[in-house]
Amino acid sequence: MPHHPRSAEQTPIAAQSVMFLVLRRLRLPMLALLMAYAISVFGLTLIPGVDAEGSPAPPMSIFHSLYFVSYTATTIGFGEVPSEFSDAQRMWTIVIIHLTVISWTFAILTTLTLFQDRAFQRAVAQIRVAGRVRRMREPFHLICGAGDTGQRMARLLDRLDMRYVIVEKDEQRIEELELEDLRTDAPVLNGDASVPQSLLTAGLTHPLCRGVLALTPDDATNLAIVTTARLLNRNVPVIAGAQSPNTVVNMRAFGTHHVISAFDTFADQLMLAMRAPGCQRLAAWLTAPVDAELEKEHEPPRGPWVICGHGRFGRAVARRLIAQGLQVTAVDPAYEDGDADPAEGLPARLRGVGTETEVLERAGIDAAVALVAGADGDITNLAIAAMARVRNPKLFIVLRQNDAANQLLFDGFRADMVMKPSEIIADECVALLTTPLLDRFLEVVRSKNDAWADEVIHQLRKRIGTRSPRIWTVRIGPDEAPAVCERLEAADRPFPLGDLLRSPADRQQRIEAHALMLLREGREMLLPNDDTALAAGDRILFAGRGDTRRRLATTLFDANVLRYLVTGRDTPGGWVFTRRIASKPSARSASKSDGSSSPM
Amino acid sequence: MNLGKVVFGFFILLAATLNFGFVYGDLATPDHHHVSELFAAIVVNLIATILKFGDRTQVGAVHLATSLVADAQLLLAAGVWAWAAHVSGTGFTPAVTASVVSLAAGALFANVVSVLLLLGETLALRR
Repeated sequence: MPHHPRSAEQTPIAAQSVMFLVLRRLRLPMLALLMAYAISVFGLTLIPGVDAEGSPAPPMSIFHSLYFVSYTATTIGFGEVPSEFSDAQRMWTIVIIHLTVISWTFAILTTLTLFQDRAFQRAVAQIRVAGRVRRMREPFHLICGAGDTGQRMARLLDRLDMRYVIVEKDEQRIEELELEDLRTDAPVLNGDASVPQSLLTAGLTHPLCRGVLALTPDDATNLAIVTTARLLNRNVPVIAGAQSPNTVVNMRAFGTHHVISAFDTFADQLMLAMRAPGCQRLAAWLTAPVDAELEKEHEPPRGPWVICGHGRFGRAVARRLIAQGLQVTAVDPAYEDGDADPAEGLPARLRGVGTETEVLERAGIDAAVALVAGADGDITNLAIAAMARVRNPKLFIVLRQNDAANQLLFDGFRADMVMKPSEIIADECVALLTTPLLDRFLEVVRSKNDAWADEVIHQLRKRIGTRSPRIWTVRIGPDEAPAVCERLEAADRPFPLGDLLRSPADRQQRIEAHALMLLREGREMLLPNDDTALAAGDRILFAGRGDTRRRLATTLFDANVLRYLVTGRDTPGGWVFTRRIASKPSARSASKSDGSSSPM
Repeated sequence: MNLGKVVFGFFILLAATLNFGFVYGDLATPDHHHVSELFAAIVVNLIATILKFGDRTQVGAVHLATSLVADAQLLLAAGVWAWAAHVSGTGFTPAVTASVVSLAAGALFANVVSVLLLLGETLALRR
């Protein structure tokens, strides 16, 4: 990382230094106040007073002088206490009033200026964030960068009731985040995430830090975050977004657990959609944010493709299309015209911008089946796509959307597929964080065919509806399923998965959940059916509706509920009742016969 | 020559000398200890304290600590005086004088430490 001087605003300041800053700034006003008081009191102890008869009296003592100055300086003004003043004392009082009131004004103004000082406010805010992070009592994730990706990440984690801390250097982004309608008030550190101290302040080495997400739009910053995280806390998993292939390699070298390259991910999705649209649909549905509608299938057509904007994104798509044997024409203002070279993975190149009719025409838009508008500017992309659609209304259009703020425009355009880097990265992050098994399941999905995917979608829809499900993993072990474990140990009969999915309210009903995959000793069992016998140590990937996860947790933890689900007997809990039932042989045998007669 | 250093050294030394001036004399003889000198010592000590604010070095911290100790002792002495002279009505008796002066003597000790620190710092610089 290149070394460059950092302004004070980006370096987190320790609490102590703020105190020193305050003391140093207030030195002058405090001196002024002290001198004003000292001079006033000293003067009063020299000036003779007057007694009730009008004859001269000795001056006030230091104590009385201080008393008088104290209430005069603060403009409280009790009057001439303890006795009427002489005219000489009154003259001095005029001096006292002006001296002390001006000093106080000076002191107060200096204090107010200090409080309004941006550096001071930022320092105080940082200290507050550091304190809040230190007091975190729940596992949290450290999100670096509150751009489109980071903000989406925050929204998704918030909806999943997960805690996070955000580091962002742009105050405007932080303000945007504060305006979001989030349920929790997460600590937001205003600092540069590429500075190690910022990450430390934000809790990188906190024992409850469960992951670092490097999601800034800048590759160099993300790499710096990865480096810092790996060197300062080896135990914490790191997920990073990356744009250029070089960064991806660098990050892998540093042991980043997951590098997400939005362009490659999207290009892979596009290819999957071309090969098996059903699988792509299923994968997209499972990784979509909770409660998103199941989208209809998009099948990118085979035929000549035109790619406008042959940057990192365009290249990622073009390479894959050419590998599929498709004819690709790339249009980019930086190119000299050139012919295709499929062996090298190069498309036919054309110099120009896709917003010009003439360029599109030369690129063969009339004969093309699909268009990728993948330039850096959102408006350019929309213009290219609009122009192309006019000439060839049947085009399959893939749009690249760089800025989440332009969502409305893209919604209005209705492209066949939209590549939103922020969504791709954030959604994949959440999937990785919440359900590590999902990644494995998706691997399988990507290798299956359409018929299989359609069948899975059909099963899931029957059980849990068309909105995207919540996905979670359960490990059959003493931590996550103590009741099940107990039963597995006690009973010699197999324990079928189907019993877990019965509703605690009525065992004939099912809860809205479905097992996607069961992992036992490293081997995966896809879509295990209700008769699958569970074993201790199994890991099960569930998909389900809304709060089914909590209902399932009741079953997993509460032995009484579980007994009801398995046997149909609603037995009271508690030691006394358990003993009474155990002592009644009839009740025992009844429960046993009921259990064995259970159809599952 | 640095004017800041002159002012700093001046006030530290003045705080010590005024303090010494007040303490000097027979412990329990009221005539040997003028209350105005106590007042001056307090004011100068407070000025010295404020001048020491905001120094982040180790020596700076000890400097500030000695000044705070001296302030505390002197203010306590002033409090005892004010109570005796104005509240309890005992007046500035030898017994009161003794306690006021011994408190100020404690402050003097802190002030001497402060001066020693100043000297040590100056000598360590060798410039």
